[in-house]
Amino acid sequence: MIIAVLLIVLAVVYYLVSTIVALQRITNALDEAITGVVGIIEKSAPVDEVVTSINANLDAGVDLLEGLLVKKAGLTDAVGLVEGLYPGAAGEGFRNFPESKETKAPRISEVYTKGTLTLARLGREAPIAAASPNGPALRDPSYGSTAARALYPEARQTRPNSMPRSPIIGTDSPVQYVPSESPGVRKRMPVAVGAPAATSPADGGVVKSGLAFLRRLKND
Amino acid sequence: MTLEWIGDAILLLVVLPVVVYLLRGVLNAANSIVPSAQQIASAATAGSKDLDATALLLTTQGQVQKTIEVAADYGGSLDVILDDA
Repeated sequence: MIIAVLLIVLAVVYYLVSTIVALQRITNALDEAITGVVGIIEKSAPVDEVVTSINANLDAGVDLLEGLLVKKAGLTDAVGLVEGLYPGAAGEGFRNFPESKETKAPRISEVYTKGTLTLARLGREAPIAAASPNGPALRDPSYGSTAARALYPEARQTRPNSMPRSPIIGTDSPVQYVPSESPGVRKRMPVAVGAPAATSPADGGVVKSGLAFLRRLKND
Repeated sequence: MTLEWIGDAILLLVVLPVVVYLLRGVLNAANSIVPSAQQIASAATAGSKDLDATALLLTTQGQVQKTIEVAADYGGSLDVILDDA
């Protein structure tokens, strides 16, 4: 009888102690979990306010830019400009201009280069719009890209033949350049393969055009 | 005496197995909870660590505010120098 009771008590003690140990491990793990969750709650508490503030600022920026674009370019051209820069974006329209969704986007990017369009939109003070100071912004579908060239230095665009040819570079290139001491300035312009070595600017050829270019550059 | 032996036999053959069975069930249940609780703890710790970067939102907030202010200034100037459509 005593032995039977003793066996039962031993079994009860063994299993109860094991259960207590397991429950303690659970308690420790749950303590860690609670600490982590409290950390998550504390760290995420200000997120809503900050994100709301960021969204409000971004909304204001979108309103500002959309409003300015539509005001300055007009709704149709604004939609076309957006479509030209981001194909497919015109379908979504402007947030503050619901009618922009129904506006058919003109194919602005095919008519103007980006630079021409930007400069033309700068208004009457822009060099490209000087031809029509009192008229609408310049629209030249045929020569839109060449009109932009006029904004660059004179010789480079209208008299490209007076500039030296683009060099062929490399150690085995037919024309070897003397290393320049300062950017853009060379002691002596290279002589093209097969051309006689020019000793003076009057001799012509590559050296002549190169020296003429350097002289203009110096005068500028 | 006979009754005492019968009682002993019942204790050993009936009560003890039942007690062991029940306590073992409790122990198995407790042991099965331990890994789950540890996984929850590690996930909560990792989640809390991931949120360490939320402090950078304050920097983002400031940068966005400055960017919009600059854009507003720029837009105001453009509004003056450009003709309306």
